[in-house]
Amino acid sequence: MRCMVIVKATADSEAGVMPGEELLAAMGKFNEELVKAGVMLAGEGLAPSAKGARVRFSGSQRQVVDGPFAETKELIAGFWLWQVRSLDEAIAWVRRCPNPMAGESVIEIRPVFEAEDFGEVFTPELREQEERLRAQLEGKR
Amino acid sequence: MSVTDTHRTIDAVWRIESARLIAGLARMLRDVGLAEELAQDALVIALEQWPQTGVPDNPGAWLMTTAKRRAIDRLRRNKLLERKHVQLMHELEHERESAESAAEMALDDPFGDDLLRLIFTACHPLLSMEARVALTLRLLGGLTTDEIARAFLVPEPTIAQRIVRAKRSLAKSAVAYEVPRGDELVERLSAVLGVIYLIFNEGYAATAGDDWMRPSLCEDALRLGRVLVGLMPREPEVHGLVALMEIQASRARARTDARGNPVLLLDQDRTVWDRLLIGRGLAALEQARRLGGELGSYALQAAVAACHARAPTAADTDWARIAALYAVLARVMPSPIVELNRAVAVSMANGAAEGLVLVDALADEPSLQRYHLLPAVRGDLLARLGRATEAREEFERAAALTQNRRERKLMRERARACDRT
Repeated sequence: MRCMVIVKATADSEAGVMPGEELLAAMGKFNEELVKAGVMLAGEGLAPSAKGARVRFSGSQRQVVDGPFAETKELIAGFWLWQVRSLDEAIAWVRRCPNPMAGESVIEIRPVFEAEDFGEVFTPELREQEERLRAQLEGKR
Repeated sequence: MSVTDTHRTIDAVWRIESARLIAGLARMLRDVGLAEELAQDALVIALEQWPQTGVPDNPGAWLMTTAKRRAIDRLRRNKLLERKHVQLMHELEHERESAESAAEMALDDPFGDDLLRLIFTACHPLLSMEARVALTLRLLGGLTTDEIARAFLVPEPTIAQRIVRAKRSLAKSAVAYEVPRGDELVERLSAVLGVIYLIFNEGYAATAGDDWMRPSLCEDALRLGRVLVGLMPREPEVHGLVALMEIQASRARARTDARGNPVLLLDQDRTVWDRLLIGRGLAALEQARRLGGELGSYALQAAVAACHARAPTAADTDWARIAALYAVLARVMPSPIVELNRAVAVSMANGAAEGLVLVDALADEPSLQRYHLLPAVRGDLLARLGRATEAREEFERAAALTQNRRERKLMRERARACDRT
């Protein structure tokens, strides 16, 4: 399964305070571990909402609202996309993440919807792979 | 935290830590089987203690320390090799000074050599392919015997037996616990890649959606591949295999329709292809290219898959390039099935007549005599050339040969369609 792992914004992150050297190093090490374990698919840090915008929909109307946005705790400061086997595994990884902010902070884990089913017929291209594997299996027995 | 919650946490910790734990222990003990047993012992102790004490801050180090203590006990009891004994005592003494940090150091393996050794041992050519797959999923994927059994639709005791026998063979033949070098590396690496790709295909070629474990096999294989890329970043074929798996996995959602019926590649809804995986696959392929040398068989197959991935619609497919890639693949990995694929690509690029010449050259190929896709492809080419009567015969033959109910139906329909033209 995949999880989106969301680092919630804080007053500091919204004020554009950049993480210190120590935190950057710790976060770098953590990210490296995620990559080495084959867990990390993607990840980015986000600029404060002051640099962002929202588009509000109301029926057929669209209204553009420039940042910053007030509800700091509802905003996000960064995210990862992880490949894990279970929500528990994602939790176990988040537990070993350095605190991403100077003070109190929250990381939220949200599973991504995924189609679980795989089809049964393959193109010649895929058949070919299957045949070769079968040949390999038989050869090695 | 409730006992159930703690157990779930331990399960997750195990998945993350088990490979490194076993690899580290195996380095000290020079015995993969024993290393795995001791790691399991440590897990059992965690299951007993953590519900009371809580999960330690550094669960990996805790498991390592515990396993090493068990190792000492075991060695004392069995009066095993003095050399092992001394080495372990030495490590434990260090630990007494600073229990956590020593265990952490034991786990800290900046070059990932422990893990690599474990991968190469689990995929040792001495073992049967089935044993390699089971051992790799168990030792490196952190899967339980039961999970492996369910994934491969065989009884659990069968898998358990396979693992026991594999560990015994490794111990008996005193396989060197090391990463092979030079010429041997090429051969042994291809065995490792073969195991990972086999696991991927077991998941990818799953027969139905009710086997929820099987798609997760694709994920396990991809994860192993990504781990291997991190361990061997200079090996182009490792990137090639990962590229191939990422791009194939990107189509998973499009391979069946809403009713679960299979959808062929060219008919798939490309908007549901997973762009993130395609992007990762293309980047991995680029990395394989950048490392230089002639592309290997995985990278070449990935390059074919990339042609499909890059085409916004089926009509945009660069068939000339695909045909050229298959020609190279036929040289790197000669196989009648690669030739058949090349024939299809050539027919798409240069017309059915040219493809038919290649297909007809395969008519006497012994390994394709019972292969339904040979008449299926030939029938398709004949139909495109307006030779309806011959095409009909080929589709009938294909229908008789296929084991797949849905495919048989499709072939019969195509045979009937020939009558109408």
